[in-house]
Amino acid sequence: MTCTEFLAKMTDYFDGTIAKELEAEVRQHMCECSHCEVVVNTTRQTIKIYRDTDVYELSTDTRERLIANIMSKCRGKGCA
Amino acid sequence: MPTPTIQSPAVEEHPDVALVARAREGDTAAFEQLVRQYDRQIFRVAQHITQNREDAEDIVQDVFLKAYEKLDQFQGNSKFSTWLVRIAVNESLMRLRKRKTSRTVSMDEDVQTEEGAIPRDFADWSPNPEQIYGQSELGDILRKTIQGLPPGFRTVFTLRDIENLSTEETAEALGLSVPAVKSRLLRARLQLRERLSRYLKQPEGVKP
Repeated sequence: MTCTEFLAKMTDYFDGTIAKELEAEVRQHMCECSHCEVVVNTTRQTIKIYRDTDVYELSTDTRERLIANIMSKCRGKGCA
Repeated sequence: MPTPTIQSPAVEEHPDVALVARAREGDTAAFEQLVRQYDRQIFRVAQHITQNREDAEDIVQDVFLKAYEKLDQFQGNSKFSTWLVRIAVNESLMRLRKRKTSRTVSMDEDVQTEEGAIPRDFADWSPNPEQIYGQSELGDILRKTIQGLPPGFRTVFTLRDIENLSTEETAEALGLSVPAVKSRLLRARLQLRERLSRYLKQPEGVKP
């Protein structure tokens, strides 16, 4: 497996949707290619860091204001 | 000898289905429960796409009002949250278009870019970036980094990797094919990785 072929399979590998035989090839390539191993590890870290960090927080005050606005308009309208 | 009855496992109904049904009947408390369940998610999606806080706050309101008005159109074939996300994506792209009047903004914009398609940085990262940067500095780095991605890429990354929608749900919410989602997701992940590497890679000579 070349590095380009490896990259093409990376999404399925991450998502656990890769075929068994291909998974073995992907793992084998990672053992042989330190660059691709780093790409996989750091991509995994990229996803984790974005998932674990609340990049855009909604403050309690803003949240309550938005919900109050939504609900007051809903009560005025009635559901279609 | 009596034949044992084989009971098929009951299909569990998502709790949102009952809340939606109550809301349709005019139960606003049920609808408020749905709002409180998903407002943060809708805000994150809108803020990631528009990169504008004011717009994202407006979108949260517009999405839930639209959903309330169109509850009857919710078929229940998809999750209620996916339905809301789809409305949020459309509203967000519309806002982006309004702000950039001279340019067309769509899910396809800039996705042809070659940046990050081929990894160039092969340095390993520090295992605990939280120890290098404070929480707020790290937040700034993450915001700045994702901001630089084309909308078509950051939207797919947001839905798939941050909001944890499945590939199929992401495709449905964005009106894209599954292969298109996979291809954009790969490019988005690689571009983010490449850009974050500048901040998070280990100094040379240091091994984890």
